[in-house]
Amino acid sequence: MIEARDVRFAYRGRPVLVGASLSLAPGELVCLLGANGAGKSTLLKVMLGLLSPPGGAVLLDGRHLADWGRREVAKRVAYVPQVHAAPFPYSVREIVLMGRMPANGLFKAPTVSDRAAADRVIERLGIGHLAARSYTEISGGERQLTLIARAMAQEARLLVMDEPMAGLDFGNQLRLLERLDGLVEDGYGVLMTTHDPDQALGGCNRVAMLIDGRIAADGDPISVLTTAAIERLYGVRVELLRAAGGAALAFRPQARSHAC
Amino acid sequence: MAEVAAAAAVAFVPSRRGWPRWLVGPLLAIAATVLALSVGRYPLPAWETLRFIAATLRLVDIEPDRYALLYNLIVEIRLPRVLAAILVGASLSVSGAAYQALFRNPLVSPGLLGVLAGASAGAALGIILGGNWLLVQACAFLTGLAAVGIGVGIAHLFGGGSLVMLILGGILSGALFTSLLSVVKYLADPYNQLPAIVYWLMGSLGQVNLADMGWAALPMTGGIVLLCFLGRALDALAMGDDEAQALGVPVKAVRLVTIATATLVSALTVSIAGMIGWIGLIVPHIARLLVGPGNARLLPAAASLGAAFLLFADGLARNLFATELPIGIVTELLGIPVFLLVLSRVRRGWSQ
Repeated sequence: MIEARDVRFAYRGRPVLVGASLSLAPGELVCLLGANGAGKSTLLKVMLGLLSPPGGAVLLDGRHLADWGRREVAKRVAYVPQVHAAPFPYSVREIVLMGRMPANGLFKAPTVSDRAAADRVIERLGIGHLAARSYTEISGGERQLTLIARAMAQEARLLVMDEPMAGLDFGNQLRLLERLDGLVEDGYGVLMTTHDPDQALGGCNRVAMLIDGRIAADGDPISVLTTAAIERLYGVRVELLRAAGGAALAFRPQARSHAC
Repeated sequence: MAEVAAAAAVAFVPSRRGWPRWLVGPLLAIAATVLALSVGRYPLPAWETLRFIAATLRLVDIEPDRYALLYNLIVEIRLPRVLAAILVGASLSVSGAAYQALFRNPLVSPGLLGVLAGASAGAALGIILGGNWLLVQACAFLTGLAAVGIGVGIAHLFGGGSLVMLILGGILSGALFTSLLSVVKYLADPYNQLPAIVYWLMGSLGQVNLADMGWAALPMTGGIVLLCFLGRALDALAMGDDEAQALGVPVKAVRLVTIATATLVSALTVSIAGMIGWIGLIVPHIARLLVGPGNARLLPAAASLGAAFLLFADGLARNLFATELPIGIVTELLGIPVFLLVLSRVRRGWSQ
């Protein structure tokens, strides 16, 4: 379990986080919502230990993150970055094998069992046919799965994902969400940022909203994702579409009233 | 030399999977070494060189007179230069490959942070200060280190040591020392010193002696080996700082050690052999075609191919014409067609 408590962070004097608290435990899928520039990525990086906050604390299994060794953190919490282009044509298998670095250190070559472990997660995410392909020539969705496979090869139970849906087409988004659900059922904890409240509504166990440098709301999707909260978050007026039984389905822009 | 060319051509032919491609570099380097020890003004057949090596290892007997002759030719005359070619070629290539991973850019070469510009200016200064060979070497080495120090210092003072600021710092520092080189050239006596500077900047392995190699061989070999061991860490760094750090890699330490080591060995190459361009850019690409982008294999492959490449270039420089060509010219002329060949062979693309 990883927990940020009252974290503060500023870039060159410009405060981004002013007392944000958020936790992630195994077995939950947490969506972090926030406007552009609200500091979602900053909060993720603080929780991963990539940025050290001048105020507040980050605890991993009850101990300060700074007291853990870097490799020990990496065996417990993995980072899945936004899909990017790699400058060199590493194969999918090579990239997934990088996930064995926290276990092996900088100098030890991956062993046969490391390779087997990498191949297992690759198979499990359904990208076995891509294992020998170059990362530079596969699609965005396939790259995202590769990066998730690398995180799983770290054997970390907590996955922190920065906008995993960005740049994926609709089908890939749904497939990825399905895979994340499967991981959560198996006991992984997933924290992801997203720009789509509908995804949070349908796909997450928990939703947190980052507004003005604080977590303004944190709880189950139905109670957090109200029209008022969305309006506060994004500054747009929306209405919530509901199914016949009353279950919340999706947000859509509020119909304009024709005053004139 | 023809055998080397043929072997180099074979290296470009894509082969079936499972074939141990990482062997190509070391085998080429060994073949090139034997050839380089054999050719020259008094050419020896390659088997005689091999027989001499076997005799030195006390495996076969050669009559003492013949052995003394061969010893003079092979060890005293040719070996220092061959050793220098091996170490300089390996240093520049492995530094280039490490920098390409570190800066996440396949078009980067070892001079990126200003080490070559700095060392050139220093060498020129050494030449007008008296031209003593040792002074020139020391000046080249120290200003090479100073140039990178300035570049890295700028990056840390103004940009927190980010990659972009490192590159900009290197460009600034390189520009500073390039202009200092112009100043030194302008101040130099145009009849003796200026030509000496110009020739020195074209690069040559001709002035190397065993004593030079004695003090330079250890730090260069150590640096090359150290860089080779950093391959896996550099793979992680090539994916991005945050990702590498999240994989448990101490990013700043790896970057610092890589830059320091690459700077040390590159500055030493300039001290020994002057400016030798292109090799640090193209050899990593050839190595990548051969063994793939994974740095744990790429760096040793680049080191051995770089050694072979420079031995080959030096062989051409020595033997093509009656007078010796500056090796910097040969690597540049050779580098362009080789780079074109590499470009045409790059199928999988470097990036998207």
